[in-house]
Amino acid sequence: MGSASSVLTQYDIEEVEEHCDHLFTQQEIVSLYERFCQLDKNAKGFISADEFLSVPEFALNPLSHRLLKMVDGLNFKDFVAFLSAFSSKATLPQKIEIIFKVYDTDCDGKVTFSDLIEVLHDLTGPFMSDKQRAEVLSQLLHEAGYTRESSLLFDDFIKILDSPGLKMEVEVPVD
Amino acid sequence: MSKLNKSSSELDLDRPNIEDYLPSGSLQDSHPKLRLRDLLDISPTLTEAAGAIVDDSFTRCFKSNPPEPWNWNVYLFPLWCLGVVVRYGVLFPLRAIVLTTGWIIFLSCYFPVHFLLKGHDKLRKRLERSLVELICSFFVASWTGVVRYHGPRPSMRPKQVFVANHTSMIDFIILEQMTAFAVIMQKHPGWVGLLQSTILESLGCIWFNRSESKDREIVARKLREHVNGADNNPLLIFPEGTCVNNHYTVMFKKGAFELGCTVCPIAIKYNKIFVDAFWNSRKQSFTTHLLQLMTSWAVVCDVWYLEPQNLKPGETPIEFAERVRNIISVRAGLKKVPWDGYLKYSRPSPKLRELKQQSFAESVLRHLEQK
Repeated sequence: MGSASSVLTQYDIEEVEEHCDHLFTQQEIVSLYERFCQLDKNAKGFISADEFLSVPEFALNPLSHRLLKMVDGLNFKDFVAFLSAFSSKATLPQKIEIIFKVYDTDCDGKVTFSDLIEVLHDLTGPFMSDKQRAEVLSQLLHEAGYTRESSLLFDDFIKILDSPGLKMEVEVPVD
Repeated sequence: MSKLNKSSSELDLDRPNIEDYLPSGSLQDSHPKLRLRDLLDISPTLTEAAGAIVDDSFTRCFKSNPPEPWNWNVYLFPLWCLGVVVRYGVLFPLRAIVLTTGWIIFLSCYFPVHFLLKGHDKLRKRLERSLVELICSFFVASWTGVVRYHGPRPSMRPKQVFVANHTSMIDFIILEQMTAFAVIMQKHPGWVGLLQSTILESLGCIWFNRSESKDREIVARKLREHVNGADNNPLLIFPEGTCVNNHYTVMFKKGAFELGCTVCPIAIKYNKIFVDAFWNSRKQSFTTHLLQLMTSWAVVCDVWYLEPQNLKPGETPIEFAERVRNIISVRAGLKKVPWDGYLKYSRPSPKLRELKQQSFAESVLRHLEQK
């Protein structure tokens, strides 16, 4: 594996594996470490926002700044723990938890109507008017049995997103 | 020409559709009725973002994979040590001597020719060309370059331009030893810059400055002038605009393809068996790169001169550039990625993000209309 695994000891790998609840294999953790070192250009021990944004595919993603808030400045262990929700072994509630966190910007456990509008705004940009977004969301909330004033909790998200399930997986390239 | 008014950090709107290369995040068409779940489910977009964090095609273009160490046991290690001694102790001094001799011969012939033959331009140019080809041969010899050329040698005709994929500045030297091209290059500091302003200037080389936005118009004009002149050296352009690791090609800039002349593609593929010729300008200076080449066994590469291409009727310069990139990538066995090489120095244009937003918004509105 070249120079990467000589810096990462077997103990380190097992600790990281423990920390991410065994959602990644040891080989995947070694690959993720190589990637981490590649992005962390001056070996600070964390990846800065700027370094994430230097990946063009990430920078042009409409939700990149929301994910950036969650992943900026994390050390390798927490970086792997964050990405573990995207592992094929992760459970549905774990995946829904990340989605919930992306919506819940003030981290108070509640997703309000304005939170929903903001994310929809990120996804549609200037191609839908504010009025259209509010209308669509109100309508869909009504149909699902909620109102504009209701705050969605994590359990509501599980109920809404549960069927037919979610596919949110990333493959870690292993040499 | 109006497109060239944009700064070099902005991508043009009529780039080949990146949506063809990247997955798009729009709603499933199997459920005609829009439900709350469809809007709440941001998993495709999040998956793309996380995928980009884990691995992305742009960073892969500039990654130099270190070779697998093979010296890991009792009898291979001493062999490897012997190899190091031979390379650094025997080959390197010999090569340095060869290179120095070459420089002495070159400089002692070049300056007299340049100054004394001022009146006889045709003869002077011919001699200067031969001398530049000579010093490049000395350079190639100093790395024990094993270069195989395939295809017909470039001819000196007006209204033609040569384009090649770019891995290192030595691409220029390897091509130059066969034909004295005039090349368009970034102006470098240090001894390279000195060489650029004196010797390469006489070949008709054109300089650009990446950070100057007005520069593009001036350079485009110089390119046109050069190509139309009958007696000028054939022009060589590296349309990627930056060095790539010889496994991928990044998008070609359209400047070379809108000059209204024939484009002759050249494909260069290095064999990494003894040394990786990729020059990662962020990690090494050119001098260090040259020293690395001079202390390895050999630089092995293949150069293919491919069939000249013309703009087809109804083809835009960008489509033409992509077609030629495809020809070169296929010949040299390189994978294509949809990124602009200048993204090394700047952020992607917001227009790319807007393409994704537009596709998602349109899909929501379309589902809404089906109620």
